Amino acid sequence: MIDFFNKMTATLEIQNLNVSIGEKPILKDFSLTIPKGEVHAIMGPNGTGKSTLAKALAGHPDYEITSGDALIDGESILEMEPDERSREGLFMAFQYPIEIPGVTIANFIRAALNGRLPEGEELNAPAYYRSLYEKMDMLKIDRKFTSRFVNDGFSGGEKKRCEILQMAMLDPKYAILDETDSGLDIDALKVVADGVNSLRGENLGVLVITHYQRLLEYIVPDHVHVLYDGRIVKSGDKDLALELEEKGYDWVKELAETAA
Amino acid sequence: MKTESQSVTAFKETFNHHIEDLDTTPGWWRSMKREAFDRFLTTPMPKRKDESWRFASLSNLSFAEFAYGKPPSITNAQELVEKSRILEHQSGSFTFADNQTIDAEKASFELQKKGVIWTSLREAISRNGELLKDYFMKQEANLGSEKFSLLHTSFVENGALLYIPKGVEVEYPFVSYNWITGQNAAVFPHTLVIAEEFAKVSLVEAHFSTTEDVGALSCGVTHLFAGVGAKIDYTLLQNYNEETLGFQINSNIAGKDATVKTVSVNVGCRNYRSETHGQIKGAGAHVEMLSLAVADKDQEIDQRTLQTHSAPHATSDLLFKNALKDNAKTIFSGLIKVDDGAQQTDAYQTNRNLLLSKTAEANSLPGLEIEANDVKCSHGATTSQIEEEEIFYMLARGIPKEKAQELVVYGFFEEILERIEDEKLKEFARSVIQTKFSSK
Repeated sequence: MIDFFNKMTATLEIQNLNVSIGEKPILKDFSLTIPKGEVHAIMGPNGTGKSTLAKALAGHPDYEITSGDALIDGESILEMEPDERSREGLFMAFQYPIEIPGVTIANFIRAALNGRLPEGEELNAPAYYRSLYEKMDMLKIDRKFTSRFVNDGFSGGEKKRCEILQMAMLDPKYAILDETDSGLDIDALKVVADGVNSLRGENLGVLVITHYQRLLEYIVPDHVHVLYDGRIVKSGDKDLALELEEKGYDWVKELAETAA
Repeated sequence: MKTESQSVTAFKETFNHHIEDLDTTPGWWRSMKREAFDRFLTTPMPKRKDESWRFASLSNLSFAEFAYGKPPSITNAQELVEKSRILEHQSGSFTFADNQTIDAEKASFELQKKGVIWTSLREAISRNGELLKDYFMKQEANLGSEKFSLLHTSFVENGALLYIPKGVEVEYPFVSYNWITGQNAAVFPHTLVIAEEFAKVSLVEAHFSTTEDVGALSCGVTHLFAGVGAKIDYTLLQNYNEETLGFQINSNIAGKDATVKTVSVNVGCRNYRSETHGQIKGAGAHVEMLSLAVADKDQEIDQRTLQTHSAPHATSDLLFKNALKDNAKTIFSGLIKVDDGAQQTDAYQTNRNLLLSKTAEANSLPGLEIEANDVKCSHGATTSQIEEEEIFYMLARGIPKEKAQELVVYGFFEEILERIEDEKLKEFARSVIQTKFSSK
């Protein structure tokens, strides 16, 4: 019975979310449920609210949630600080990862993991490095990167791989990948996609946000949603991404207008 | 209320007691001190209008109420000695508490055989008089604290003297620990390093308090002399309690092709005035002056620096970084002075301040005075807030806010910390910085 109920609530659930930047409403009554084990993709033209969704869920202070709710496994996260949301199991891979000069990747990830331990407990250093190296090898990141400063002087591909490395180390329940394909050449894209695919499984729900269909050839989604003007205007399976690629975003505009 | 002349009379008496208490000291030492004290009395206190005290809160610098006399005996000497162990390997150490020597680790017999002198100032006064006559207080204070330098000479009675003869290279640092233990104590830490031609040595100086909240005065002087081709690496860790009034007047002379590196880590004191003068007197010398400070609550850290180039083909590189919390205040005032003969000088001066609160205040006064025409000099100062996006990125990884700030501060200081060579010392410097974050 207990398992049954847990399974019922093992979702990232977004309910009628309205988000504004300043006075401007961006997301409008946005609803989506992502069960663990599934990969959902959100596609849409620029400026329709894709990144707003990611940042609002992560708790960025510039994004004001005016109504609606977001729940992890049945528990609302909107009253939580961004660090609490992360520790609760939400991960966002940034579209533009931030450079932190002077802080090494190893220390950064260690601080993030230490933040998840009970007061007074510390990570076991050898085990930590073993796990870090294993994941770096998987993502084809040179082990020397442990002593590089976070994102400092990284290429676009290195930054995105470093995001996925953090995701692998933090082992989230739900991950939002915000335009993880932007700025990547095809080889880098494959490495990143392989990394994400290796983390896929029944304990992880993924939301892939992208402008292009290309990424979805490598991270094949279970569901695809098309976002336009702050709302989902069409949902379908992976073939919807191909259809969208073929017909272009003007088609989305038409869809939105007929819906309205 | 005391009148001016009454307090002067009282202070003269204090000084006379100090001189009388000096037991077997030679006459030249006493007369040097008397002369310094006379000059101290006639030297005016810094005034608000003095350029070298711009922005400083002068009302907090009163030094008269401290206990200059003989300190009560040190009851917890053993405990302090045990706490005075930062490095894994050292070539020798002194532990002082309220100016008294409570522990000494001599230089090895091998080093002594090579002519290395590692001794307390108190011993040196009777045994190494000739050396002291040549080098003791022979670098003029000229950055505003002339009066406090004279106060130091008047009352100094102990310290560390390190002499490295020609060609001798010493692997591990010498360490001088200076503790304040007494109520209202006045301490005068002194460090004198003389490295002859092609000698190589490092020294660490640590300033600590045993109590959290008892006021005290520290008025310290450190002079480094690097001869031709000599190399001196000096680190100062200042972690006095936040009721302490501190003056630290440091100066170094670099001879031809000498290398001098000084690193200061300052976190303690209520009001702290540090002066650092790098004097390049030999061609091809290289001087690095590095400092990091974390100030919180109502702390005021006042830093004055001077890089004097009087010989050609030399480089000096200064980097002072301050992180400020709460209502803390810092002042950085630096000058690069290049004489007309000092052609092909490379001199840099950078001050960076990181504000962690809206009520903190960082003042910066960089300056250049160049008389030579073929030089590369630059100075720069920046004061910035912590980047909100940096903090959000860390929060988004589950790092709590206070820890995120701490990481940004470590990151900010990393370019200085990485230039501390001894790993244990670097680790200790980090732990000292951390006390500023976990105390809340």
